[in-house]
Amino acid sequence: MSDLRELYQEVILDHNHRPRNQGELPDANAVAEGHNPLCGDQLTLYLKVEDGKIADIRFQGCGCAISTASASIMTEAVKGKSVEEVREIFQRFHALVTGEAEGQEFFDEFDSLMALAGVKEFPVRVKCATLAWHTLQQALEGGGVASTE
Amino acid sequence: MMVDSEVVLDVEALRAEFPALQQQVRGFPLAYLDNAATTQKPRRVIEAVARYYERDNANVHRGVHALSVRATKLFDEARATVASFLGAARPEEIVFLRGCTEAINLLAHTLGSRLRPGDEIVLSQLEHHSNIVPWQMACERTGAKIRVVPIHDDGTLDLEAYRDLLGERTRIVSILHVSNALGTINPIREIAEAAHAVGATVIVDGAQSAPHLPIDVRALGADFYAFSGHKVYGPTGIGALYGRYELLEDLPPFQGGGDMIARVAFDGTTYAKPPARFEAGTPNISGAVGLAEAIRFVQEIGLERIGRWEETLTRMAHEALGEIPGLTIHGPREGKAGVVSFSLRGAHPHDIGTILDTQGVAIRAGHHCAQPLMARLGVPATARASFGLYNTPSEVQALARGLEEVRRVLGL
Repeated sequence: MSDLRELYQEVILDHNHRPRNQGELPDANAVAEGHNPLCGDQLTLYLKVEDGKIADIRFQGCGCAISTASASIMTEAVKGKSVEEVREIFQRFHALVTGEAEGQEFFDEFDSLMALAGVKEFPVRVKCATLAWHTLQQALEGGGVASTE
Repeated sequence: MMVDSEVVLDVEALRAEFPALQQQVRGFPLAYLDNAATTQKPRRVIEAVARYYERDNANVHRGVHALSVRATKLFDEARATVASFLGAARPEEIVFLRGCTEAINLLAHTLGSRLRPGDEIVLSQLEHHSNIVPWQMACERTGAKIRVVPIHDDGTLDLEAYRDLLGERTRIVSILHVSNALGTINPIREIAEAAHAVGATVIVDGAQSAPHLPIDVRALGADFYAFSGHKVYGPTGIGALYGRYELLEDLPPFQGGGDMIARVAFDGTTYAKPPARFEAGTPNISGAVGLAEAIRFVQEIGLERIGRWEETLTRMAHEALGEIPGLTIHGPREGKAGVVSFSLRGAHPHDIGTILDTQGVAIRAGHHCAQPLMARLGVPATARASFGLYNTPSEVQALARGLEEVRRVLGL
């Protein structure tokens, strides 16, 4: 039961109930869609990239608490970051949720990203936590549709 | 919710026959409520498959040696068992395939090859992707069109609209008997009569009806009826297609290979008669043996009793879940088979599934391979509990308790 508390901790529930940066971005210059064919979750990500940095980011879509919270937390974590920094954060985040790395030292500046570490005890939910990130990667690589499969 | 389970079934004795049910999951006794996805297997089915491999394993319809003779006999008996299970006129009306999906693909290729541009295939809003996609592919090949029977808000078919859809261009009506997502039981006899009146061929997707209702394909008026063994307590990878013999005889082959021919020469090949014509290659012999054992198992209990028991559990689930704040049950209240599909306000089905799993309760969360139906219901996905003959009232209670825990964990 403690694994469950770890998974659905306060930060996650808060981001699920009140997602940050939700909605369309009228002046977006990169857009991508993400699908999780397994559960039908879908998400659209809007980016405004300026001088190699993510000037603004928003998302729309429906998903479970984990994918919604992860998308919300991601938008906060990457706003203002350079494209290279974003790639590196994703790599570390991926290692964190798959249990390949503890990641504690990496995420001091993003406490909320650490909140998703509980996902590693629920392997089938890793795709929920990474859907937004795969979609972000897709958007940065020129848009289109990302899939967790 | 007290029920004397012996009134309908001796569930505890039946449960003891299922090894997989004797386990704990995350410290709780397993409450397996995902039977519409697949059922657990009784020991006698597992043993029948093992016995076949230990004693009788050989290729069928070929050898003159003892093992081949025994394997062939078992395979032929399995066909006869399936024929009697479905009420077919003769064993030759049963084609062994991988399952319901392959059966529909077979029909979409063979029957579907005769479609002409403008011909119409009637499906319903309730269909599983396996009874949509093969027909879309057939339409791409032939220029035929799909017409969709709408449903009422309670998840039952709009039969008036169905009748209006039928016409002189209707070639095929392919409809599921029981909805995997909602449990709705469709009035196949009525549907078939109307289809036959316009000269259409009736295909029934029986994946969810074969485990829950006594089936008589002739009384239903089905020209073809398909089901999967693994949903009837049998092995995976085996299923059957029933087809009226004269219709099977009229169909071109599906796949080519050994076993499906009468004579092969490079200047031309003569195909075997049904069912061999549709069974190219070495069949799933052990699967057929296991399926036959599973059918004997459910026949000994009686499909009618199984159906009544599952109906009792479904009614209990409706009562128990109906008391949970914010919970909506999709689909009809009555006239359904063993499925309770629901949404809980503020909780995504995936989160429900994960939290229930930590209490040993196994349900399905997702779109149930019925995305057009989910779109019609206005939900991205649902949570679904589905019952089998071995489920108990206390498992229904475990589900209800688990849902209270979902509300607590998610702060609802």
